[in-house]
Amino acid sequence: MTRYTAVTDADREAMLAAIGVDSVEDLFAAIPADLRLQRPLDLPEGQPEQAVYAHLRELAERNVSAEDELTFLGGGMYDHYVPALIDMLTSRSEFLTPYTPYQPEVSQGGLQVMFEYQTAISELTALPVANASVYEGPSALASAGYLARLAQPAKRRFVISAGVHPHARETLRTYAHGFGAEVVEVPLRDGVTDPDAWAAAIEAGTGAVFVQNPNFYGAVEDVAALAAAGREAGAVVVASYDPITLGILVPPGECGVDVCVGEGQPLGNRLDFGGPSFGFFAATEAYLRRMPGRIAGETVDAEGRRGFVLTLQTREQHIRREKATSNICTAQALNALAGVVYLAWLGRRGIVELGELLLQRTHYAREALCAIDGVEPWHTQPVIREFAVTLPAPVEAVVERCAAEGVNPGLALPEENALLVAITEQRSRADIDRLADVLARALVREEVTA
Amino acid sequence: MSVSTETPLQREEIRTIFEKGAPGRRAFVCPELDVPKVDGLLPDRFRRAQPPRLPEVSEPEIVRHYVRLSKRNFDLDSGFYPLGSCTMKHNPRLHERVTALPGHARLHPFQSPKRAQGALELMWNLERALAEISGLPHVSLQPSAGSHGELAGVLLARAYHEDRGQTRTKVLTPDTAHGTNPATVTMAGLEVVKVGTNPDGGVDLDDLRAKATEDVACLMLTNPNTLGVFDPNIREIADIVHGVGAVLYYDGANLNAIMGITRPGDMGFDIVHFNLHKSFTQPHGGGGPGSGPIAVSDRINPYLMNPRIVKREDGTFDLDEHGYEKSIGRLRGFQGNYGCFVRAYAYIRSLGAAGLRDASETAVLNANYLLARLGEVAEHLPLAFGRLCMHEFVLSGAPMKRELGIRTLDLAKRLLDHGHHPPTVYFPLLVDEALLIEPTETETKEALDAFADAVKAILEEAREDPEIARNAPYSTPVRRLDEAGAAKRPVIRQSLD
Ligand SMILES: Cc1ncc(COP(=O)(O)O)c(C=O)c1O
Repeated sequence: MTRYTAVTDADREAMLAAIGVDSVEDLFAAIPADLRLQRPLDLPEGQPEQAVYAHLRELAERNVSAEDELTFLGGGMYDHYVPALIDMLTSRSEFLTPYTPYQPEVSQGGLQVMFEYQTAISELTALPVANASVYEGPSALASAGYLARLAQPAKRRFVISAGVHPHARETLRTYAHGFGAEVVEVPLRDGVTDPDAWAAAIEAGTGAVFVQNPNFYGAVEDVAALAAAGREAGAVVVASYDPITLGILVPPGECGVDVCVGEGQPLGNRLDFGGPSFGFFAATEAYLRRMPGRIAGETVDAEGRRGFVLTLQTREQHIRREKATSNICTAQALNALAGVVYLAWLGRRGIVELGELLLQRTHYAREALCAIDGVEPWHTQPVIREFAVTLPAPVEAVVERCAAEGVNPGLALPEENALLVAITEQRSRADIDRLADVLARALVREEVTA
Repeated sequence: MSVSTETPLQREEIRTIFEKGAPGRRAFVCPELDVPKVDGLLPDRFRRAQPPRLPEVSEPEIVRHYVRLSKRNFDLDSGFYPLGSCTMKHNPRLHERVTALPGHARLHPFQSPKRAQGALELMWNLERALAEISGLPHVSLQPSAGSHGELAGVLLARAYHEDRGQTRTKVLTPDTAHGTNPATVTMAGLEVVKVGTNPDGGVDLDDLRAKATEDVACLMLTNPNTLGVFDPNIREIADIVHGVGAVLYYDGANLNAIMGITRPGDMGFDIVHFNLHKSFTQPHGGGGPGSGPIAVSDRINPYLMNPRIVKREDGTFDLDEHGYEKSIGRLRGFQGNYGCFVRAYAYIRSLGAAGLRDASETAVLNANYLLARLGEVAEHLPLAFGRLCMHEFVLSGAPMKRELGIRTLDLAKRLLDHGHHPPTVYFPLLVDEALLIEPTETETKEALDAFADAVKAILEEAREDPEIARNAPYSTPVRRLDEAGAAKRPVIRQSLD
């Protein structure tokens, strides 16, 4: 018996008698003897709760988290404040411990949350159809590729901007190799997708085009123009968005985007070293029956009460099997709950105010860093919450110097010798001034030693 | 005078968060603008004209709204949840506590490996533990759930053959397979070939031999399978598949039956996915998050996803982004669902080798005991295959439907009135009116007895009056829902106009 099981010796005896066997061993008779493991698994011995806690805490202490340093790391996940009510709601047993709502009569809470979440994503993106979540950002983009592949089987060329997150570009390539599409990358010019190269890359056989806004380097892309080029060729236009910016950015649904995906972590989810978070997936009406994943829909019960169910399930793997629109089963419902609670918490005005604040502080930070000798903007495009600067000394060494002073200045991009700096509402002007100060001193020292 | 039988939850008027609140209300207070305001930073053509119509609600309104919604859910902490194939075992609260420690929860995924040594060591240790449990030496934690692990596995099988200059287009899946298996095969650009099931619930060997041809890339198998049957011919199956140069993929959703007892690697499998959210107890979150690591044999290793965790000679850990040139690449961003790794690792450290084995033995004991108790109603709900089971079993509701006039669906709905979550229903597909029952090891004998008694009571009641079950449930927040209507006229978001 472990602390999570409850079968006493007396229980076992009674249970074996009821089953009609002599021992637990007999229950495993179907497993050929030569396949039985003849030794205990080679694992550390089980430990009481307090010892496991101490071990996990010790491991945690050997990480430098956003609690321990002033961090400007971003690049897809951001250190936004997660309000306390999210911890409280996501740790409620009723949300935390059920599974997918296969029995809607006892899952109305979870189903309504999905319905609300879908509404919120539709509002943010100005696209009428949203699912109840997919795994995370990059695989969401790759799933949009699969949607395009099934929608237009003859068109096997995908065109992707180099401004899309490198992990998403790689993930798309992995998936596309499987389902059979070729991925062509279009370079940036001054920080945004080169419009001429983009137009040149898109052909009649192009099944889908992919952009990210703001792009990986923080630049705001002219999505409407890029989308128009894709639409003209009849390609499915896929755009990945940072949802935090959608309070102030023209939504993708108004830019000619067919499918909008993105990483949901900025919406009330912890960093968690990269997951779990959630991916969002929204589309135009035309793709309703091609969507991956769960979708909650409104209905009524036998007595006319308003209720919610999983709907349009004939798209899904458990019904359609090899003809399904996706293989996804378990998604990220709890993280999507955090997302919709966060959006309600921000509210209609809050999401605009937050976007405005980030816009102003990010501009301030860019100016402050570019005032340092030798630091140059990597591009001069408008930015909202993140920007890249090039440094006059090797970026990785500079990052190490800053980190030693308790400031993580951002993500090193060694190929460009650039630094990608992200701002959240948790980074005040004083914090930005400190970054500029620490970075300036690190650069001086690095140049002296170099 | 008539007394309403409506419960308070049934009387509740349902409004979404978008139908609550009032203009001007708020929960979020934005930090003050502490930098000089500059106009025109975002050109007008990029500016949103109208803010998204998000709710305008205060913090207390949000809390009350979602707490009330939560009460309209059934959950594992409140009751028995024998949802077959899903391994709804107890979720220790320790795991939530350690995962929330800032050193884990606020660790940025782009943190330099030098400053994430605790996380990388945890992941390394978890990889080693999963390798030991599966009997396959190389592990990637990256996939986000079982089906994501399946996609990794089929792409790996493909990459392995392509590297040998072979184009193999087919994947064999038994007709008992979970829907994610065939869906994955198509997604990976290959073709599904179904293999039949023999009268004992295992793979039909003759059918397998006939279909195992030189263009088969792999066989995907769950063992024990979704019937709860361990296929004793597994060696022979492996020989047939390997004999035509194909690889063997193990769907590890049912690992809870065999931890420390037998290992997929020893059975001859090349690739296995784990469902950390099942066997290694993650809270299921109402439909995720999950985590679907894979373990592979030496010959598949060169193709495993990037990045890899490496242990340096000095004992430190690093992330190798591009170490393996033959890698199939990434399947997602960053390193995977780390929060799930923390929980799974805490679980393995809590139980150790003996505890994991005990978990599997008890899961199988509990399942067989419940099967024996339900044997009392075998005339209506016979076991579909075999006599004993592994950690789960499948009953057929066909005789019940024929003789008592209630379907499996009706039984499931009536169970809700008894306070139990129903089993998985209508899966696997090859059993008529199927009920797939998985009690898990963390339930008490009393809980199993209560469930068996409830099933018996429902059948007895149906003998008297089948209408009762046909119209169930009665006590839940809503009665039976119109699913067909929902699909015919999909309303999938709140109208805000
Ligand atoms: C047998 C089997 N295989 C695969 C899966 C897919 O796992 P996931 O839902 O984590 O994608 C499941 C999950 O329900 C399953 O039961």
